[in-house]
Amino acid sequence: MPVSSGDTAWLLLSSALVMLMTPGLALFYGGMVRRKNILSTLMMSFVALGLVGVLWVLYGYSLSFGTDSGGFIGGLNFLGLMGVGQEPSTVYATTVPHLAFMIFQAMFAIITVALITGAVVERIKFSSLLVFSALWLTVVYCPVAHWVWGDGGWLLNLGALDFAGGTVVHINAGVSALALVLLLGRRRGFPGQAMEPSNIPLVVLGAGLLWFGWFGFNAGSALTAGGLASSAFVATNISAAMAAFTWMVISWLHRRPTVLGTVTGAVVGLVAITPAAGFVEPLAAIPIGGIAAIISYYGMLLLKMKLGMDDSLDVFACHGLGGIWGALATGIFATVAVNAGGADGLLLGNGMQLLKQLVGVVSVGGFAFVATWVLGKLVDVTIGLRVGETEEMVGLDISQHGERAYGGLLR
Amino acid sequence: MKKIEAIIREEKLEAVKKALEENSYFGMTVSEVSGRGKQMGIPLQWRAGEYRVDLLPKLKIELVVLDEDVSVAVDAIIRNARTGETGDGKIFILPVESVVRVRTGDRDEGAI
Repeated sequence: MPVSSGDTAWLLLSSALVMLMTPGLALFYGGMVRRKNILSTLMMSFVALGLVGVLWVLYGYSLSFGTDSGGFIGGLNFLGLMGVGQEPSTVYATTVPHLAFMIFQAMFAIITVALITGAVVERIKFSSLLVFSALWLTVVYCPVAHWVWGDGGWLLNLGALDFAGGTVVHINAGVSALALVLLLGRRRGFPGQAMEPSNIPLVVLGAGLLWFGWFGFNAGSALTAGGLASSAFVATNISAAMAAFTWMVISWLHRRPTVLGTVTGAVVGLVAITPAAGFVEPLAAIPIGGIAAIISYYGMLLLKMKLGMDDSLDVFACHGLGGIWGALATGIFATVAVNAGGADGLLLGNGMQLLKQLVGVVSVGGFAFVATWVLGKLVDVTIGLRVGETEEMVGLDISQHGERAYGGLLR
Repeated sequence: MKKIEAIIREEKLEAVKKALEENSYFGMTVSEVSGRGKQMGIPLQWRAGEYRVDLLPKLKIELVVLDEDVSVAVDAIIRNARTGETGDGKIFILPVESVVRVRTGDRDEGAI
């Protein structure tokens, strides 16, 4: 098929938008930790741009999107971008250069690795995080991306729908985060000691960049610059808006309408609409976003306050629960009227679709949990996952990076 | 000479400053401090759930006055920093051995 300049322009721009989400996530996470760990937290996200950005072109893309092997993993035919050039692929995004599709996918792999780090901040050893991230990309991300999006992937063949990565990115990262939390344990002082966010304005800036970049994430996943992209764009905005507002109201009923809660709600709404964006009518994003905020809010209370689990920045409650709800909601609200390549959902009488979505949730969630636990354990018994007590008390900025966020004596 | 260290509520600074100035005590040093006392902290909210902050932000005013001026200055501070609620702060009064004005080298009473 000939290259479409409109589609190519949109996909390249979308790739740039999704790239910006990772520094956005860095700020979103960085503002939520204590002052002594802000740089290390920023770094954990930002370094994914460096690490995954290279591994992806060397072999990650090939393992995810190379010639199928039994529905489970891609082949080595795109190793080192072999055969990935200016001509479109014959199976993926056939109206844009193959390189554009490849780099768009690279940005997804990068942010997925970065998302996990929110669960382990303020105590994981930086070198161990790097080793874990490389292993996780290879053993968990690439296979799952292949199952869901790769030509011949078993979940794709089954008909499980994931428009922009609710399963591949959010359930995958959220559940993996939970497994790492169990391995790593709580931060010293949790839960007795209040660990106050050091810079909520940074969190707001980060959430704003995430919302902005998410238009590339979701509307870009149409892979064409037309009606479907527009529909996904609108659904994305509605869900973020609805979830932000809903979270604010719940927080207000509790006591006060907090800023941290409201921007968190926006991100949860974006998570939940991700798998559904291009398969549902835009207005379906109102219940999808609203319910996502409720599930995530109470999930957070249960996990952190009641069960005392130190998923430090609530990666499972936001991305795991938000992603699971979004995947199931896709099976409820989907309609072929929006996307002929999709399916009808439960509300249009196709309960099977909800079941297929459930298979996606359980298989990806189960695989991610077990594989992450094994990889994490491997890193822990070899080089150790956690920093020493003194390093943790002093803070990871100084102990891991030899830097401090706010230097200088004079104001 | 005595040094008055007054820990007060942040929002009371302007009133205290004005009252001291009206009594001709112009010089002072103000710093942002954190502390705790009978107020026992305040609850704040996370994304979901609450936490308690026990070290609360206050302001510390430091000024050095002649012995005979202490009660006037302290009264001015108390009158303008008090709300009657817990958390109004404390005042400490310390003896001062010597004072030097950096610009001139003047000492003690001449330097206050």
